[in-house]
Amino acid sequence: MNLHEFQAKQILHDYGIPVPKNIVARSIDDVIEAYVQLQTKKVVVKAQIHAGGRGKVGGVKLVDNKEDLIKAAQSLFYKKLVTNQTDANGQPVNALLIEQTCSIERELYLGVIIDRSKSKVVIMASTEGGVEIEQTAANNPEALLKIVIDPLLVVMLYQCRDLAQGLELSGKQLQQFSNIVLNLGKLFIEKDLNLLEINPLVVTADGDLLCLDVKMSIDDNALYKQPSLRAMWDPTQEDVREIRAKEWGISYIPLDGNIGCMVNGAGLAMATMDLIKLCGGTPANFLDVGGSATQERVTEAFKIILSDAHVKGILVNIFGGIVRCDLIAAGIIAAVAEVGITVPVVVRLEGNHAAEGAELLRKSDLNITAAQSWQNAAELVVKAVGEIA
Amino acid sequence: MSVLVDKNTRVICQGLTGQQGTFHTQQAIEYGTNMVGGVTPGKGGEQHLGLPVFDSVKKAVEKTQADASVIYVPAPYCKDSVIEAIEAGIKLVVCITEGIPTLDMLQIKHFMRNRTAKLIGPNCPGIITPGECKIGIMPGNIHSPGRIGIVSRSGTLTYEAVKQVTDLGLGQSTCIGIGGDPIGGLNFIDVLNMFQADPRTEGIIMVGEIGGTAEEEAAEYISKNVNKPVVAYIAGVTAPAGKRMGHAGAIISGGKGTAADKFAALHKAGVHVVKSPTELGRTMAKILG
Repeated sequence: MNLHEFQAKQILHDYGIPVPKNIVARSIDDVIEAYVQLQTKKVVVKAQIHAGGRGKVGGVKLVDNKEDLIKAAQSLFYKKLVTNQTDANGQPVNALLIEQTCSIERELYLGVIIDRSKSKVVIMASTEGGVEIEQTAANNPEALLKIVIDPLLVVMLYQCRDLAQGLELSGKQLQQFSNIVLNLGKLFIEKDLNLLEINPLVVTADGDLLCLDVKMSIDDNALYKQPSLRAMWDPTQEDVREIRAKEWGISYIPLDGNIGCMVNGAGLAMATMDLIKLCGGTPANFLDVGGSATQERVTEAFKIILSDAHVKGILVNIFGGIVRCDLIAAGIIAAVAEVGITVPVVVRLEGNHAAEGAELLRKSDLNITAAQSWQNAAELVVKAVGEIA
Repeated sequence: MSVLVDKNTRVICQGLTGQQGTFHTQQAIEYGTNMVGGVTPGKGGEQHLGLPVFDSVKKAVEKTQADASVIYVPAPYCKDSVIEAIEAGIKLVVCITEGIPTLDMLQIKHFMRNRTAKLIGPNCPGIITPGECKIGIMPGNIHSPGRIGIVSRSGTLTYEAVKQVTDLGLGQSTCIGIGGDPIGGLNFIDVLNMFQADPRTEGIIMVGEIGGTAEEEAAEYISKNVNKPVVAYIAGVTAPAGKRMGHAGAIISGGKGTAADKFAALHKAGVHVVKSPTELGRTMAKILG
């Protein structure tokens, strides 16, 4: 689960990590009030969306008077912002962060991640602030500094000093930096994060360190023990269909194609999309219907798939395993009838009683085709959709 | 010979009396797995599915000499269950549960350093040596004893590979689902190493997916250490970047973890990569002749 910048900055502040003075605004009145409160002429207005790349598309504006501030706020509020990290529809701007500015001497990068290969928390830093860390890793790997965190010891002071030296920080900055890194490490563990990036961490003209932007993401599997973070969830930043699917224990991700997919198992669902592509079609979605492909769930999955108007055909690929395929087939037939599906549906069932399942599908007078194999199913659905288009 | 489990493996189930534990233990018993007991705190002394129930793994090991355990307890309690099992002397822990916090897994991995016990999973189908021992949720009937070792990050996609291999008459030595989480127990390299050493395994099928760099690391390992034929498939060629594809670990982030990179690394390592998941079995059959 991702947090907004204003939420993440509040958490940083709570952990004693320096952020510019800021106020979140949800209306023009809020914006004006924030301007009064901040007591500075110059402020930055930042659109609050769950995606980066805001600066390049006008989502971050510098203003130095009230009129321009209101104009900037009006140009952003309740619009959808499309950046290189959003989809084509963009993300809605329902909140703005009004923040004090500072003069910047240097820009640094500081990030906390989970290193999957090492099975450890790793803190990374670089002198190339404002640049995406992947870019630094690719173009200038020696500029990337790393410390590995021992789960028992957490972050050690000497490790902070090591990083600080690599970043050429000294004097009071060394102390400020160590304080930031120690607290970031603490925060990462206490809040069950899976990503925490300060980019940029700046050195101001006064020689102080300040976190100008932050990206914070929580491990979904740990949300049950983080009720206060869970309460920060902003559903407006997510696809309504994905949310609806989640409520049913279904994972659904919309894509650009026209062949809807319903599959049991995440790996099989991805492989089914890939096979459609190999056969010359394009998948409209990823959908893992979950462990038990019951009639109720299958019905809901069909509804979600068909909420995408581009869908011209549907491929159902279920590996029955322990569940009997004839029971699954009966569920699919009932679901197709209940939802009133008119696009062609190709079904491939594998596992126990697969032949009986296929027989049931063949006997139904609905627009359902029983495929003989996975390959056959992909070919059939691609052909059926091709004939419509 | 087989890998990790055989007909002599003595298995207990943590979370035996729960819905999942009951259903899959019943299946395991029917398959012929040597189930010797179960653990449900508070229900010690009872019998369930004809098996003795214990309050702790320690007690269960003492009374049954179990050497493997399968865990179906809810995610918030898995860290405790895995560590309890290892401390009690269990040599192989198979954790089926999905949804364990990543930081819990980091602590488990740290605890397991310098210990010989092995963990499979979490968020995985488990391990099976066909005809001998089934530990997990995979359908037993699609398997047959044979020559191919299968290792995979996915559940149902593994069953596809298994079914193909069975239909072609090759059969499986052992199949291991290592799970779909970013941090897990045994990884591809660990399992490849065991398959390479196992005389019954003549060929290896490896099924990976987007996210992380485990397949790239496996490719590097294969090029130096594995001389048995390896056939590999990676799921997620059509997956968009930045989206978690069902599994917690299946995400392309910062341009890393793409199927294209993994295919390329495996191909470079001399692995027989297949672009279609329906070609896993046939490709292996062709290589083995």
